[in-house]
Amino acid sequence: MKSIKAALIDATLNTVETLVGHLPDPAPDPLRNAREFIGKPYPRVDGRLKVTGQARYATEHPIAGMTHAVVVHSSIAKGKISHLDTQAAESVPGVLAVMTHRNAPRMKTPETASLFNPVAGSNTSVPVMQSADITWNGEAVAVVVAETLELANYAAGLVGIRYEEEPAALSLEAEKGNATIPTLVVTQSPEVNIGDAKAALAVAPVVSDQEYETPWQNQHAMEPHASIAAWMGKDQLLVYDSTQSPPGVQHNLARMFDLKPEQVRVVTEFVGGAFGGKVAAWSNVPLAAAAARLVGRPVKLALSRAGVSMVVGGRTLTQQRVALGATLDGKLTAMIHTGYGMRTTKDVWAEQYTFPIRHLYASPNIHVLQKVVRLDRVQNSYMRAPGETPGSFALESAMDELAHKLGLDPVELRMRNEPDKDPTHGTYFSSRHLREAYALAAGKFGWDPQRPEPGTQREGDWLIGTGVATAFYPVQQLPVTIKARITADGHVEVSTSSIEMGVGLATVQTQHIAERFGVPYERARYLHGDTDLPMSQASGGSAATSSVGAAIHAAADKLTEKLLKLAQRNKQSVLRGVKRKNVELRAGGLYRLDQPAVGESYEQLLGASGQAFVEAEGSVPASALVLNMKTSMASYGAHFCEVRVHARTRQVQVRRFMSAFDCGRIMNPQTARSQIVGGIIMGIGMALMEEAVYDERTGRLMTPSLGEYHVPVHADVPEFEVYFLDEPDPVMPMGTKPVGEVSIVGTAAAVANAVFQATGIRVRHLPITADKLL
Amino acid sequence: MTTTFPINPPAPAALLLPEPGPVTLHVNGQSIALTIAPWTTLLDALREHAHLSGTKKGCDHGQCGACTVLMNGTRINSCLSLAVMHQDDEITTIEGLAHGDELHPLQQAFIDHDAFQCGYCTPGQLCSAVGLLSEGHARTAEEIRELMSGNICRCAAYPHIVSAIQEVMHAQPLRP
Repeated sequence: MKSIKAALIDATLNTVETLVGHLPDPAPDPLRNAREFIGKPYPRVDGRLKVTGQARYATEHPIAGMTHAVVVHSSIAKGKISHLDTQAAESVPGVLAVMTHRNAPRMKTPETASLFNPVAGSNTSVPVMQSADITWNGEAVAVVVAETLELANYAAGLVGIRYEEEPAALSLEAEKGNATIPTLVVTQSPEVNIGDAKAALAVAPVVSDQEYETPWQNQHAMEPHASIAAWMGKDQLLVYDSTQSPPGVQHNLARMFDLKPEQVRVVTEFVGGAFGGKVAAWSNVPLAAAAARLVGRPVKLALSRAGVSMVVGGRTLTQQRVALGATLDGKLTAMIHTGYGMRTTKDVWAEQYTFPIRHLYASPNIHVLQKVVRLDRVQNSYMRAPGETPGSFALESAMDELAHKLGLDPVELRMRNEPDKDPTHGTYFSSRHLREAYALAAGKFGWDPQRPEPGTQREGDWLIGTGVATAFYPVQQLPVTIKARITADGHVEVSTSSIEMGVGLATVQTQHIAERFGVPYERARYLHGDTDLPMSQASGGSAATSSVGAAIHAAADKLTEKLLKLAQRNKQSVLRGVKRKNVELRAGGLYRLDQPAVGESYEQLLGASGQAFVEAEGSVPASALVLNMKTSMASYGAHFCEVRVHARTRQVQVRRFMSAFDCGRIMNPQTARSQIVGGIIMGIGMALMEEAVYDERTGRLMTPSLGEYHVPVHADVPEFEVYFLDEPDPVMPMGTKPVGEVSIVGTAAAVANAVFQATGIRVRHLPITADKLL
Repeated sequence: MTTTFPINPPAPAALLLPEPGPVTLHVNGQSIALTIAPWTTLLDALREHAHLSGTKKGCDHGQCGACTVLMNGTRINSCLSLAVMHQDDEITTIEGLAHGDELHPLQQAFIDHDAFQCGYCTPGQLCSAVGLLSEGHARTAEEIRELMSGNICRCAAYPHIVSAIQEVMHAQPLRP
């Protein structure tokens, strides 16, 4: 039985979907097949700065009078600080303050950002250092500010704290009985029922019904979370922050310090990696601003690597059940995907691990249900392809298990269940070329549909196996506003607060600007990373390229009209009297469509009017945010991998990885390949080594350094081949679809499936360490 | 149940700290005079005191390699070494690899091969690769991967880093 609340939410979602269904399809972008700049492997616009050490990250902006802050973390999970001894730390010459809940400036409780309220800019609604209360092990309990980093580090070790400890919920397994159903999973219902999956499963001739577990994982971007905060008088705050969302940080700080957003400026020139960990502010950011207010000087606060693990939330651990029923010829008759993730007392963020099954396979009977378990731990949060990544491990492992039971090629099983329409929404796909991706990658890989029995291929001491899995990541759009300016010397400059965290956004948008406005690449410029510029929300969800692109498109349309008006006012203009629908931006000016040689350059248009520039703002229309409710829109991919497992030591190595992707139009094959390869390698890390271990008695993180939490290094990396179908999506700006996250999805399953074929051992609990293969 | 849990440890008395003293470093051909605490790491001396922020701090534990610099041509983790120990050494950082506007061949190869994304580990990867080439031990891609494994790249530009190094390695005359 559904609760009244759940029924209301379902009704609301259905109404929204019906309304969205009546929205007109956006006109295809004329640039979706453009090839002068788009689609070429331009080197990164910031490459020279990055290879010469001149790119400035958050804490590398020199400010006079800088001080240094170091965080002290709680050593209990739940309770109260009963005793604080800061005297020894304060007595160190050069220490300026020991900030604790006793003397921290008053800060309002932050508001949790969501898709519906992204500008809230915080990852949690836990108050920051405002009381003696402790809500997780590792929470910041003191910030030591000193003249030098050395003194701050030393004095941080002198802060004495005692606690009154209270019982805490620390084990997902132990707390499962108290699990609840979240209100929403991102924008979707936590429950889906189509047909009667339980009944269909009971009578299915072939069944795979298993539980899968994925551990807590940390993003571990190479640049730790770091900020500089400087107050200009009492009510102007300047912050350099390593964030995916300068406007989010701005609004969060404005709220917490009771300022107007325009009193806070956040600058983010470069971000040293993020992977979802910097989507919104963690407590380190307001703590830097509070410490700066307390000492009356600029404060630099960079979390230690351990501090990043404790203050920044990673990917929730999950326990998932995937049950698949099929006919003897491999047609799915039932699909069930249920499971548990964590939440905290204050905030529920249910990671969408059931999203892949909602869109990937045709089945008349589908049951999906997500539950959350309240734990007293750091807030779980976003990490590269949240949801799809752990969910695809379970689903794509289950598909492999089913194929094995059927005695069917796992590629063929997927092809037999490829849907015509979205399986849970019933909507049509804007573009879906998964079959072509499989065909391409299988051919390149040399896939053998009649592989030998698991555990039978051997080269010397090594067992060899191959595996496949499907990659999937849905289209999202982000609220973006940009300003585009055409200058009288024929340059085009686009500016927005959006950031560049290494995905290549600044480079591909420079290509896009050159293409959209028809100017040479050197005359196109993309400015970003400052809240003084028009507001772009967080960069994330693999949506920045299309969202910023759509806003640039909108501004270009407005500028076309403005330029035409200039021409209309000029009696000599060859464009006088020409209609809007008969002109376009091209070849560095405004030209007629019916007579392509007739038109005027930007220099001529602006020169004749005596204007130095013409500019316009462009925004992503609100309807774009929900377009994927009208049409099923996603990127897809096919992963093929080969592993070898040492017969005695059980060491696993990935030897070859080949993937083909339907990611729509590729803006820049070089930066796109880098994104894809990076995601696959992070997926290999997930498969083989990444696991944050918590002591379930104390809630203490036992893997606070890169010595305990292993991430892939050079030696872990196989030979890669990556192929793009490069088919433009008919609906999306420039024909693009998501690139940044799709490739991690399915990777861990491809590796696990290959390990099964090598050894005959099915590992359903990541990571696949040697002990699980004994 | 309420218990008293006496950690973080009761505050020890502050030690009488040694005074900051003069330390002279030779970085990228220039002498830099600093007044720093004797326990200041070479990394913090470069980043926070000499304002050469091209060298990055990723872990401060010698686990990630972002802080790699060259000491008399040998690659070291600058976070695991004290500045005061290096007054007689020639230190080369990322800021010292190019000759004026002319990039080091590895810097150019990193751009050409898209051997980075966010760029934060890049100075360490580059200094490490310069050290690797002068060591002369690596010949194959596998050897490069093994001997570059002290430099973590979370964006995982690894295959492109290796191809960039290979290009420069094969353009160089082999060492005798």
